[in-house]
Amino acid sequence: MNDLPQQLASGLILGAMYGLIAIGYTMVYGIVQLINFAHGEIVMFGAFGGLTAWLLLPQGTALALALPVMLVMAVGVSVLVGIGAERFAYRPLRGAPRLAPLITAIGLSIMLQQLIWGFYPDAKKARTFPQFSGSSVEILGANIQRGELFLLIAAPVCMIALGFFVAKTRTGRAMQATSQDPDTAKLMGINTDRIIVTAFAIGAAFGGVAAIAYGLKYGQIDFKIGFILGLKAFTAAVLGGIGNIYGAMVGGLVLGLAESLATAYIEHIPGMELFGGGAWKNVWAFVLLILVLLVRPQGLLGERVADRA
Amino acid sequence: MRHRSLLIITTAVAAGSLTLSACGSRGDDSGKSGGETTLTIGLDAPLSGDLSALGQGIRNSADLAVKTANKKKEVDGVTFKLQPLDDAAQPSSGQQNANKFVADDKVVGAVGPLNSNVGQSMQKVFDKAGMVEVSPANTAPELTQGTDWRTGTKKRPFKSYFRTSTTDAIQGPYAAQYMYNEKKLKKVYVIDDKKTYGKGLAATFKQEFEDLGGKVVGTDHVDPKEKDFTAVANKVAEAKPDFVYYGGEYPAGAPLADQAKKAGLKGPVVGGDALFSAEYVKLAKKNSEGDIASSVGAPLETLDSAKEFTKNYKAAGYKLPYEAYGGYAYDATWSIIQAVKAVADKNDGKLPEDMNETREQVVAAMQDVKFDGVSGTVGFDKFGDTTNKQLSLYEVKDGEHKPVKTGTFEEN
Repeated sequence: MNDLPQQLASGLILGAMYGLIAIGYTMVYGIVQLINFAHGEIVMFGAFGGLTAWLLLPQGTALALALPVMLVMAVGVSVLVGIGAERFAYRPLRGAPRLAPLITAIGLSIMLQQLIWGFYPDAKKARTFPQFSGSSVEILGANIQRGELFLLIAAPVCMIALGFFVAKTRTGRAMQATSQDPDTAKLMGINTDRIIVTAFAIGAAFGGVAAIAYGLKYGQIDFKIGFILGLKAFTAAVLGGIGNIYGAMVGGLVLGLAESLATAYIEHIPGMELFGGGAWKNVWAFVLLILVLLVRPQGLLGERVADRA
Repeated sequence: MRHRSLLIITTAVAAGSLTLSACGSRGDDSGKSGGETTLTIGLDAPLSGDLSALGQGIRNSADLAVKTANKKKEVDGVTFKLQPLDDAAQPSSGQQNANKFVADDKVVGAVGPLNSNVGQSMQKVFDKAGMVEVSPANTAPELTQGTDWRTGTKKRPFKSYFRTSTTDAIQGPYAAQYMYNEKKLKKVYVIDDKKTYGKGLAATFKQEFEDLGGKVVGTDHVDPKEKDFTAVANKVAEAKPDFVYYGGEYPAGAPLADQAKKAGLKGPVVGGDALFSAEYVKLAKKNSEGDIASSVGAPLETLDSAKEFTKNYKAAGYKLPYEAYGGYAYDATWSIIQAVKAVADKNDGKLPEDMNETREQVVAAMQDVKFDGVSGTVGFDKFGDTTNKQLSLYEVKDGEHKPVKTGTFEEN
């Protein structure tokens, strides 16, 4: 068990990344009750945006200097794709039966994947992403890679900023109002269309940050990364209580920890040797999800809302 | 309750889309030119996706073989044509492609695929149609020796299936002997990806390594669709093995090696022919240094027989390198051409009118095909396995796989 600090750290880092992406699902769901299944691909676009920035910068640029540019580019690309998706794929379907935008989302996600596959140079296989060199940093008995430090800083900063934005600013409060009752919010003079676009943009921006974190952590990206990431982040959002921004982060952390600890320790439980290890981690993560939903159908931090209609 | 049922539907759809694979297929028509017969040789390999580096190498090499045969007029009155189809490393796509080849009465035989599990899905289709299939890269032993090969009861399941690569039955043990006897590393952590190829390879390695007296300090499995292996990497570092053996392919193997070494693994990551790719080094970067991969046959660069192939490949101006299986793909294609030639010779220079008849005679002729190919003397034993049992080990030095040992596997 002496690798416990390391496994905890790995789980938290992975979870923070899931959490950042889960924000995108939860924001959009909170406002328009739509599961934006193309969100994973928006993250993937962000990753390729960041990579493009790196490739455009003169060779030999220090990664620390390039990082802000890459971050701006990744967030920019993600936000553009996110807003574009809202404008051209979802807005025409507002008021349509719920299944219509859902299927559109799946179609959009396939389209976005194929766009990168088809048109990004050399993207039919994995492309390498720049990584920080240098040895890892030890914090509380766990080794943290340099690339993971970015995530450890970015995730809390983003969360605090988002919390402040939603609670304190005019737009943030308008968002809350729209989420509670879109029709009344409209009567109160809130431009709900603009609020919906803002929700998509913020979710996509977080996705862009997560995309850079992904690249720095794994050192490679490909056109398919959005699928698994999106699925995991969606799970995290549901686990934490979809619609609740803090829930998304908590859900992400719990999911990351569950995956990491299940890989490491389930096989040491007597009689469970066959069900441990890396191949079973997703099974345990989803067992956890089912258990949580059985006890708290609204998710860990979700509020029990009276169902409309 | 609308919300919750929507969530359930959504989850179900998401799970469903997991199993969907996007694959395009193109129609292609081949024609007969006056007097001359045009025969199509099908090719199935992952031309897109993670393993496309290997797949494109196979395609180009087969293409080269077909062009060479046409230029040399290897079979009088027959022009060969290559029809490549993409399987994206998916067994379902591979089977679809196999059905397509079988249905096309211009196709005389097929080269491919790369992946053993894809090969498994295609064997039946070809066998039923009596059409020859030669794989340049399948290494899972059960494809030719039946599922009970481990217990010594070898039985050939499909008589239309041949391969120019050696099997994991000797690839895994060969690496085990090298690591134990020559590298003097005694403690290993074995990981596989649970696919036909990876699982089999890891099992044969493990058995031989334990028989030699080595110690397996831990085993684990990973999901090759993911890129996050930090939890497994931490476990490996904690177990402090002398090295790691990975049964699987480079798209997951490279990040696994990278993450294990970052987590504190001190020894190399060793694996089979599916780690033997320049992409592996590119993806694992400097953490690939010292890693070892076994591969079938001798290094092409050292073989006299391969000189002409490497020269012609370069001259043909293909964009991507021939990679690990190029030579075997060339030989596989050439063996089909030779079998067609044998059939033509037997029938006084003419192929049977009926395509089914031709296909069947080609299968029969394939058993006796023998020629000097790129990888050495090419021929097949009674299981359809290559008679060339050579293997090589490569170590990553200065960002490149350098051959360290070539030989034939000898049982202890």
